[in-house]
Amino acid sequence: MNLAAPLARLGRSVLTTLAATGRLGMFAGDTLGHLIRPPFYLREFMHACLQIGWLSLPVVGLTALFTGAALALQIYAGGARFSAEAVVPSIVAIGMVRELGPVLGGLMVAARVASSIAAEIGTMKVTEQIDALVTLSTHPMKYLTVPRVLAATLTMPLLVAVGDTIGIMGGWLVGVHRLDFNSATYIKTTWDFLEFWDVGSGLVKGAAFGFIVAVMGCYHGMNSARGAQGVGRATKSAVVAASVLILAANYLLTEVFFSA
Amino acid sequence: MITLSGVHKAFGANQVLRGIDLTIPANESMVIIGGSGTGKSVLLKCILGLVHPDAGTITVAGEDVELASREAFLARFGMLFQGGALFDSLPVWQNVAFRLLRGATKRAAAEARAIAIEKLRRVGLKPDVADLYPAELSGGMQKRVGLARAIAAEPQIIFFDEPTTGLDPIMSGVINELIREIVVEMGATAMTITHDMTSVRAIADRVAMIHGGKVRWTGPVAEMDETTDPYVQQFIHGRADGPIESVR
Repeated sequence: MNLAAPLARLGRSVLTTLAATGRLGMFAGDTLGHLIRPPFYLREFMHACLQIGWLSLPVVGLTALFTGAALALQIYAGGARFSAEAVVPSIVAIGMVRELGPVLGGLMVAARVASSIAAEIGTMKVTEQIDALVTLSTHPMKYLTVPRVLAATLTMPLLVAVGDTIGIMGGWLVGVHRLDFNSATYIKTTWDFLEFWDVGSGLVKGAAFGFIVAVMGCYHGMNSARGAQGVGRATKSAVVAASVLILAANYLLTEVFFSA
Repeated sequence: MITLSGVHKAFGANQVLRGIDLTIPANESMVIIGGSGTGKSVLLKCILGLVHPDAGTITVAGEDVELASREAFLARFGMLFQGGALFDSLPVWQNVAFRLLRGATKRAAAEARAIAIEKLRRVGLKPDVADLYPAELSGGMQKRVGLARAIAAEPQIIFFDEPTTGLDPIMSGVINELIREIVVEMGATAMTITHDMTSVRAIADRVAMIHGGKVRWTGPVAEMDETTDPYVQQFIHGRADGPIESVR
């Protein structure tokens, strides 16, 4: 038995992973470079804002509503063990705006948007539409990637803000109608407890997650292999990679924002 | 004039082009023939700069493809892709007028639409097709829209990648006639890739056959039938027996 074989396999995997990371880093850097250089495609940007931002509102809103409601029930049940039921409004609020709003919103948008971007661009690649763009003197990065990345980075904080509000409202609905909190007290406690940076940090996370979602969708679409299987694999990879990166970035940003 | 000199291209271990030397004279229609997988489309993409050759030089009107300013260089070209490559998200008229709606040749939307409708008429499509989406068109109509897009900005050089593949004989004849008319009318330099010998005879001024990554034979279309090259004879008569292996 060749003892070096497992080591060689490990080495190949490490090299492949490093090369892929390098390519992705260069792609993201290239995207940022094109963000600041004309031409700019306003129509494509507006269309991307509609597709990524506006049309993601229902899924982000519903996710936030049910998460806020479930969170209120959990905190009430847990808090009751040491007579701390009154913390429900505060914990729901801080949990939603700092963590659950941006992370769950990011994951839902990753599922909806990264997949659709990767499938669309991947299909364009295998049907030579991207080559056609080039022959029509149009840079694919500028026409396809930049509008989507910019739209996702700018609309994701707005989605998070809406998600935070609806999530807190979900907690309020359960708090008032199931747990017998006074409505005005619940709202006042929430309002008084939250600080600017609680909300602001979530919005910054949202922008970072939006960037990740769109870059992963575009990167995997642009690098899609041929055929239906290639596009399917690109779509799956975009969603998985975006989801994992969102969770990893969330930890890093939380460390940066809130570590003592 | 397009000149290729010693062009090599490999994809991994697969050496596709092994030293292509070819000249396409200005205002002539050159048709490239050769078996599937012999690198005809790769050659075309090398000229457009979509694929970078490993070795050799390609010049267009004396300008090195690799050194040319991309936008100005590509503005000279029009291309009809094998599958049409129409943009699904745009209506037909915006596909045709794509180049006229952005970049250096940008026109007002109404003017671009008028030009698009005129080009659609030129390829035998009615104005009411303009507002349809590519998915609503038949294969032949998509091909004609692709042709209209290729000629919309009146390019000096037009490439046609298998323009009649997948079309019925009548539609193939219509497309062949259109290509020939457009090339003559516009005085453009044309390069066509096809396996269809009827198209070759209808479109070509000159023919080049690629085999084994090199130009096997080139000459005027009138001399194609008379050549004694066994590779050309096997290919143009579609014989299973001959020097070209049928299992590749």
